[in-house]
Amino acid sequence: MSQAVLALEDGSVFEGRAFGARTERCGEVVFNTAITGYQEIFTDPSYAGQIVVLTYPEIGNYGANPDDSESARPFIEGLAVRELSSIASNWRSRQHAEQFLADHGVPIIAEIDTRSLVRRLRSRGVMRGVLSTCGASPEELVEKARRIPSMAGLELATRVSTQTPYEWSEPVRPCSPSDPVPEPAPVRFHVVAYDYGIKRNILRRLALVGCRVTVVPACTPAEEVLALNPDGVFLSNGPGDPEPLQFQAAQVRKLIGKKPIFGICLGHQILGLALGGRTYKLKFGHRGANHPVLNRITGRVEITSHNHGFAVDPDSLNGNEVELTHINLNDQTLEGFRHRSHPVFCVQYHPEAAPGPHDSHYLFDDFVRLMKEFHGRG
Amino acid sequence: MPRRNDLHRILIIGSGPIVIGQACEFDYSGTQACKALKADGYEVILVNSNPATIMTDPELADRTYVEPLSLPYLEKIIERERPDALLSTVGGQTGLNLAVELAEAGVLEKYGVELIGARLEAIKKAEDRLLFKDAMRKIGLETPLSQLVNNVEDGLAFAGRIGYPVILRPSFTLGGTGGGIAYNREEFVEILERGLALSPVHEVLIEESVLGWKEFELEVMRDLADNAIIVCSIENFDPMGVHTGDSVTVAPAQTLTDREYQMMRDAALKCLREIGVDTGGSNVQFAINPENGRMVIIEMNPRVSRSSALASKATGFPIAKIAAKLAVGYRLDEIPNDITRKTPACFEPTIDYVVVKIPRWQFEKMPGAEPVLGTQMKSVGEVMAIGRTFKQALAKGIRSLETGKSAAGEIYEEALIPQKLITPNPDRLGYIRFAFQRGYTVEQVREMTAIDPWFLQQIQEAVAFEKELEQESLTTVSRETLRRAKREGISDAQLARIWNTTWQAVRERRKALGIRAVFSRVDTCAAEFESFTPYLYSTYESECEAEPSERPKVMILGSGPNRIGQGIEFDYCCCHASFALQEFGLESIMVNCNPETVSTDYDTSDRLYFEPLTLEEVLNIYDTERPLGVIVQFGGQTPLTLALPLKRAGVPILGTDPENIDLAEDRRLFGRLLEDLGIPTPPNGSATSVEEACEVARRIGYPVLVRPSYVLGGRAMVIAYDEETVRRYMREAVVFSQDRPVLIDRFLEDAVEVDVDAVSDSEDVLIAGIMEHIEEAGVHSGDSSCVLPAFSLSAAVRNTIEEYTQRLARALHVVGLMNVQYAVKNGTVYVLEVNPRASRTVPYVSKATGVPLPKLAVALMLGKRLKELSHLTAGVVTGCLPVPQVFVKSPVFPFNKFPGVDPALGPEMRSTGEVMGVGENFGEAFGKAQLSAGTPLPERGTVFLSVNDRHKPEAVEVARRLASLGFSLVATRGTAAALRAAGLSCRTVFKVNEGRPNVVDWIKAGSVQLVIYTPTGAHSFSDERAIRRSTVAYRVPCITTISAAKAAAEALASRRRDPIRVWSLQQIHSRAESAV
Repeated sequence: MSQAVLALEDGSVFEGRAFGARTERCGEVVFNTAITGYQEIFTDPSYAGQIVVLTYPEIGNYGANPDDSESARPFIEGLAVRELSSIASNWRSRQHAEQFLADHGVPIIAEIDTRSLVRRLRSRGVMRGVLSTCGASPEELVEKARRIPSMAGLELATRVSTQTPYEWSEPVRPCSPSDPVPEPAPVRFHVVAYDYGIKRNILRRLALVGCRVTVVPACTPAEEVLALNPDGVFLSNGPGDPEPLQFQAAQVRKLIGKKPIFGICLGHQILGLALGGRTYKLKFGHRGANHPVLNRITGRVEITSHNHGFAVDPDSLNGNEVELTHINLNDQTLEGFRHRSHPVFCVQYHPEAAPGPHDSHYLFDDFVRLMKEFHGRG
Repeated sequence: MPRRNDLHRILIIGSGPIVIGQACEFDYSGTQACKALKADGYEVILVNSNPATIMTDPELADRTYVEPLSLPYLEKIIERERPDALLSTVGGQTGLNLAVELAEAGVLEKYGVELIGARLEAIKKAEDRLLFKDAMRKIGLETPLSQLVNNVEDGLAFAGRIGYPVILRPSFTLGGTGGGIAYNREEFVEILERGLALSPVHEVLIEESVLGWKEFELEVMRDLADNAIIVCSIENFDPMGVHTGDSVTVAPAQTLTDREYQMMRDAALKCLREIGVDTGGSNVQFAINPENGRMVIIEMNPRVSRSSALASKATGFPIAKIAAKLAVGYRLDEIPNDITRKTPACFEPTIDYVVVKIPRWQFEKMPGAEPVLGTQMKSVGEVMAIGRTFKQALAKGIRSLETGKSAAGEIYEEALIPQKLITPNPDRLGYIRFAFQRGYTVEQVREMTAIDPWFLQQIQEAVAFEKELEQESLTTVSRETLRRAKREGISDAQLARIWNTTWQAVRERRKALGIRAVFSRVDTCAAEFESFTPYLYSTYESECEAEPSERPKVMILGSGPNRIGQGIEFDYCCCHASFALQEFGLESIMVNCNPETVSTDYDTSDRLYFEPLTLEEVLNIYDTERPLGVIVQFGGQTPLTLALPLKRAGVPILGTDPENIDLAEDRRLFGRLLEDLGIPTPPNGSATSVEEACEVARRIGYPVLVRPSYVLGGRAMVIAYDEETVRRYMREAVVFSQDRPVLIDRFLEDAVEVDVDAVSDSEDVLIAGIMEHIEEAGVHSGDSSCVLPAFSLSAAVRNTIEEYTQRLARALHVVGLMNVQYAVKNGTVYVLEVNPRASRTVPYVSKATGVPLPKLAVALMLGKRLKELSHLTAGVVTGCLPVPQVFVKSPVFPFNKFPGVDPALGPEMRSTGEVMGVGENFGEAFGKAQLSAGTPLPERGTVFLSVNDRHKPEAVEVARRLASLGFSLVATRGTAAALRAAGLSCRTVFKVNEGRPNVVDWIKAGSVQLVIYTPTGAHSFSDERAIRRSTVAYRVPCITTISAAKAAAEALASRRRDPIRVWSLQQIHSRAESAV
């Protein structure tokens, strides 16, 4: 049984059992409160640069399978859990969760008091930390943690983005004979998706509603996008601070009014920047699958999936230009807005879920409707 | 959509007596609903026949009716109270069924009462199997494949298509009678033919078996604006085939990926919307094929259910309270989350621990019943345990059960392993552990049990770790290993057993190593937000969140899982103790592990510790909280067994000294005390051999009551008039040993048994109630109907009883509650038993008198004198409290769930619940109680009588009365002769052993509506049993004592004479006060 250590910049040290890769990784330590969906979390590129603490204590129970990954590989820097299952029990499982992470060089610290760690992050805010499964001294690791660059100001989107454009046409597939996933709609629209760290389920859901998607690198100029002549542009989720993404915001600014635009998460923040807004860092972010979001247009509350450490300041947006459409009922933060005169809308949370509730799938239909209307007009 | 202002008065119907399948979880839900609606300014009218509930406390509603839950009485109440609405979803199946009945009978329409919560159509769609299947098909959800057939040929064709095993359910038979599982063609034809014959419409539903599939439940809530949330997911450890109430269940679901969980979530929400449950909580059950993930929906309950109570306790999300608020128009996002205060109730709770529920069975109380689990629920109670991991929660859960079994150390038989694993039974969990100890693999156990390998792996790992621990000793064990043992939930006591030392030594050692229990909070949000409610469970993590206050405080030990003899009555007492402490300015701390109860609601006490009631866990809490003292006298036997050890560990016990509580239970010491006090008791002795028994019987004189000190099987007791009977009983009918002697008491023939509840400050004694039993001495007091005020006792006898009670209270230095059982014969009063603690009858007496006994008792324990408390007792501080009307308490039995069990009453208690009837006269109150107990007396028809010679004169009087009320009489030869001799006309019927058609044939043919049968001695034992069984099976009321027969005649006379009348407790109590 080998030891693992997680050291934080405030000097706190958690000692537990090492699993996964034997290595040392550093990053911002964040927690996610979702009970299910660890494989999706591991593979969500938005977690680049972060060590993830899962609050649910029994992790790994259902193993890992080829269908539930949100990208080609895990993106988390490290994993901290209370208990890691020694077996995988599920009809779709093909691999142990531990092996899945080990294969991609991700270290795991288990059997630590994750609740205490979460309470610390909640009260002091997210912190930098180092996870070592190869026997470094805790004091050394604390020192290292203090030297890690802060997430504020860190630009990670272009690092995780694809380097070359590619096409996506794979829709959502049923996970069981009883999964009522509809037949994919016939392809009617061509969407260009900016990859700032895009999750596959966004692509699958776009394909499901009849979109052929061209995924382009984060640094693609607007002109190149327009040259592809898409019916709509999608702005993806992704890691890091939105503030440094001024180039991306500038490209988006050029697209507004020319093409229907739908943004999710970092895509929403970039739209905020493009429309002259400001973003700020949340104390400990929103990461979970149970956040109530009020849709102010329908008056309905959606239970939503979240993964963001930054938010758009609603006061920084021009109310004459932008309508605030979604509000988080836990802390009243901004969760979505739309442009009053152009076909542009976005949400801070994850309507594609994966993991999380499906309450907001309708936004993909809204995007299709928007493209339909736009082209009907055009 | 805020609060509805067009509603003012709301009717809530409770779930009635505690029965298997419907227990105090509905007291919890009803109580929450009452509190929520009242707090919101609505007037609440509550009806429930069960006096042991918190919800029937007069403070909780504006009008409280302890009246029969039947149409005529409910209509009367509606007519009188004119509610605007009826909330149908918080009173269990009983409340829901009554709402439907009232609607269908036109009562709701007649009085303009709106059904809120679930509409009639929604209830029907959810409850009717076929409507439900259709509805699910419409929205694309699968249910198990099924077909209705009315001949064997069609049945065989369908079964051939879906494959065996198949489930057969005859249409419209009571409680699923005649159904079953067919594993092959032969069985199929047999069951189908029987089912077709039994079904009044000659129809049987044949259904695909999903036995062995994974079983899940989701708790769903929805508001009028169609916002819907999942409160909790639950995965059953036991796969499909075991009733969910009899399954070990785990929250949250453990073995589903997010994709699969969300598929289930989507299906549950779709189901809720299609069924049309407008507001409130529902429960949806699913089965998943572990081979390929195919999912079918099993059923949905359009109401708050047993699982809702569990889900509420498991997450901290108060489903019933929120359901009540949604029913009156609030939206989920308008209701704050009590725990976080800052966030709304419109979210999905997330948890950072594992919750395990384990059922508690009592097959040992039901000799003759096969201890096998299936689709009909058999458990009488349950425990819940919270741990940071499944292993920890499971180990805590097993301890909480108090079965005397621990996680290890039981005696199992290797040869029985396959049988005990394959057929679900109460010992299966223990046998799984045992199988792993014997080297079975997870795969082997999975093949036999169909339990998910993840669960089995956890148990296997726990067993392997215990083996590792066996290599250690208390002195060699490392801090790391000991800490791991505690983190995996292993108790100090178990470690002590493994290392052959004492629990104290283990405790000392681990404390020395700095391994201490800390407490984590249940906060609905996995620590994402701060929690303001101290709802705690123990862990061996690094940080304690208990944050005890500096205020003076008292800890109350609850009563653990419900079981026969220790049920909701004690939870009532514990809750009231808590309310009283708060009222007296103290902080109250509750410790309990029963998720069904009001006491484990996070807002009942200032602080709640959801923990096993073991010495180790209680001491951990004590060390953290440092209360002024601990109250042990309200929770029944569970806290009492901890009282002395706690005292020895230096914990102050409030109220009566535990030594004195113990003294009263020691037959020898107590006998001496009675002698000193000059109080008579029936002569008695005990024996461990046939000869000794005969000798004791000779010494004390016949007749004697011979009974085992512990009932394991066979006959519970015998009343022996001669030595031959004693010998035969000792040889054939009873199990005894050195540790379990046979108890022999002089049987006080035809004595009247009396129960007394009193409160005492050790000098002054207030008699709260003198309750006269209707069944005579020999029947367990909990199984006997009893009356307040006593109706046949002379003033002299009552004075003697008061006098003895005072003497006993002073002698035992009782501070708080005391219960004494007396037998009265020929004017002499004998003491049978004294219990210086809360009794089962405390809620009944409190409700009848309007005086809150637990509150009085708490005040006394805190050092007040009775004289200072006259404001709580309507001015009466000595003597006996007045009773303003007639109140009858009657027991409710679970025999219909255990076919083949002899329902004869004896010294072993077997009732699960109780009801109360209120009347102007005894007959009226008794009739109502019988109606509420589910054994209504017939309006007309034929009465069968068979009584022993001693009772013949009284039986004649009963028969005369019944005849005058228009009943026909039939009797066995001897009784018939006596009736005819008295000038009554009656037919003669054969006894069972005489020939046919005999009385059992008559009962089965529906020709008898009431049976009056008093035991005639040991010889006719099999005859008696056959009659009793047939009366249970055919639901014919059966009276086995002459005093009860007289009571029944009274009740029937009242039915003819008195109109249907109802009284609210508030009305009765104000009448009582004005009388004083």
